[in-house]
Amino acid sequence: MGIIKTDNLVFEYIRRDEEGNVEGITRAVDEVTLDIKQGDFVAILGHNGSGKSTLAKHINAILYPTEGTVWVDGMDTSDEDKLWDIRQSAGMVFQNPDNQIIGQIVEEDVGFGPENLGVPTKEIWERMEESLKAVGMYEFRKHSPNKLSGGQKQRVSIAGVIAMHPKCIVLDEPTAMLDPNGRKEVIRAVRALNDVENITVVLITHYMEEIIYANKVFVMDGGKVAMEGTPREIFSQVEKLKSLRLDVPQVTLLAHELKKSGLPLPDGILTKEELVTALGL
Amino acid sequence: MSIILDHVNHIYEEDTAMAFPALTDINLVIPDGQFIGLIGHTGSGKSTLVQHLNGLLKPTSGAIYYNGADINDEDYNKKELRSKVGLVFQYPEHQLFEIDVFSDVCFGPKNLGLSKKEVELRAYAALKQVGIEDEYFYQSPFDLSGGQKRRVAIAGVLAMKPEVLILDEPTAGLDPKGRDEILDQIAKLREETGMTVILVSHSMEDVAKYVDRIIVMNKSRILYDDEPREVFKHYKELEEVGLAAPQITYIMQALKQKGLSVDTDITTIDEAKNAILSAIRSK
Repeated sequence: MGIIKTDNLVFEYIRRDEEGNVEGITRAVDEVTLDIKQGDFVAILGHNGSGKSTLAKHINAILYPTEGTVWVDGMDTSDEDKLWDIRQSAGMVFQNPDNQIIGQIVEEDVGFGPENLGVPTKEIWERMEESLKAVGMYEFRKHSPNKLSGGQKQRVSIAGVIAMHPKCIVLDEPTAMLDPNGRKEVIRAVRALNDVENITVVLITHYMEEIIYANKVFVMDGGKVAMEGTPREIFSQVEKLKSLRLDVPQVTLLAHELKKSGLPLPDGILTKEELVTALGL
Repeated sequence: MSIILDHVNHIYEEDTAMAFPALTDINLVIPDGQFIGLIGHTGSGKSTLVQHLNGLLKPTSGAIYYNGADINDEDYNKKELRSKVGLVFQYPEHQLFEIDVFSDVCFGPKNLGLSKKEVELRAYAALKQVGIEDEYFYQSPFDLSGGQKRRVAIAGVLAMKPEVLILDEPTAGLDPKGRDEILDQIAKLREETGMTVILVSHSMEDVAKYVDRIIVMNKSRILYDDEPREVFKHYKELEEVGLAAPQITYIMQALKQKGLSVDTDITTIDEAKNAILSAIRSK
């Protein structure tokens, strides 16, 4: 069994009107079955309202399945006794860095998680140091988070999660509010965690370029997994992605347009280097 | 008719140990009807700049003229200015509050003291302009999708009939289709009404596709102010200040390096496609 596994996961919520009367039931996640292995870099795509964030919130037991089961590191997330173990195994990073930083200085913020786990003081310092080094923020450890850029704050948030020694980290649109440099910094840090520390990564994003590093992509639509494959397999289907309100990286789109105009190019070109080669230059 | 910024400086917490210059010697002329992209890394001064344009912030020194009048004069009507220069903040859907979509959009014009009929006509027109259909008018704004909520929030500003529309990252967090829908609608709206649009954005691709002038901010100053093509020629300098050129520009550079004779200052997919096709066919 993989580090994260879902079996026929269904999540429904009840919509109520102003007076609290039930108006209807919405099925946000609809019979999703996934198996993510330790060390995978998984990307989840999908339009707004497709159910991807709802799915992600099941992975660290913020939400519980209406039907079906979710296991994290072999633990059933609906087992209340395991709640803290589950949240320690699967850390989560959200969109807005300002909503998840609480410390007055960077190192204090990163130490907050392990401190709550009852980690001995000496080890908290060690974890703080190694986590901040892993995201390239160690030199900022004495800074106030308020004075950092968005990308730096987001990397501190990630360090705070790594300090809990999770096996898996779920990032829900971590770059949505960042400038191009901040986006690059965060993605670089996430890739390093995956490559070097072998931490399983689940990345939710609307930026198609960030997905090309994943080894598996799931595309959600209407609460279901609509497409599944490697980035190349997924991005080969430009028209299908567009019908799901998504997009492809600019280089993929350009290659697709050139192919439609008669150039003999393969589908699913992901980098400019691949385009150069495919054009025979 | 235009917006003119004359040597505008803004220092946060002036005369304290925390003093921090957010705008330094900003000089700009923004004529009517331009579509402007305002880019810069986080903390470069973009938001501070746009908040000066409708008088939410006052310059520490320098002056801002709207249609010839200094907006920080004591007897200048700031309320009227704010109806003329509409500012849509980041995540504007967080500011929705009414019980239904239509009432929410009515809120702004109602506060201008217009008649009920005029208010409703404006709200109706504004919702149509952003592509919200009648069937949603009496739904709670909170039941809409992210993209729809954001369009309702933008309609709330459009109902004020602004002459200048400023949008601070209107597409953050939206899916690619939602992003294109909002920007297409804004572009169309600007064509129909001739209003000035200032788009604050972190997406170089969006800026390249839509605007006719880019203002680049860096460390409280204007670094570049030119057409997209000219600005993105400085891609190396842009990278140094935390920005980039659109991905397509880098692709064209890679192709050029390998000997394909294409322009490297191309900024959109269509231009790139045509350039590559003609370069390959003439080989």
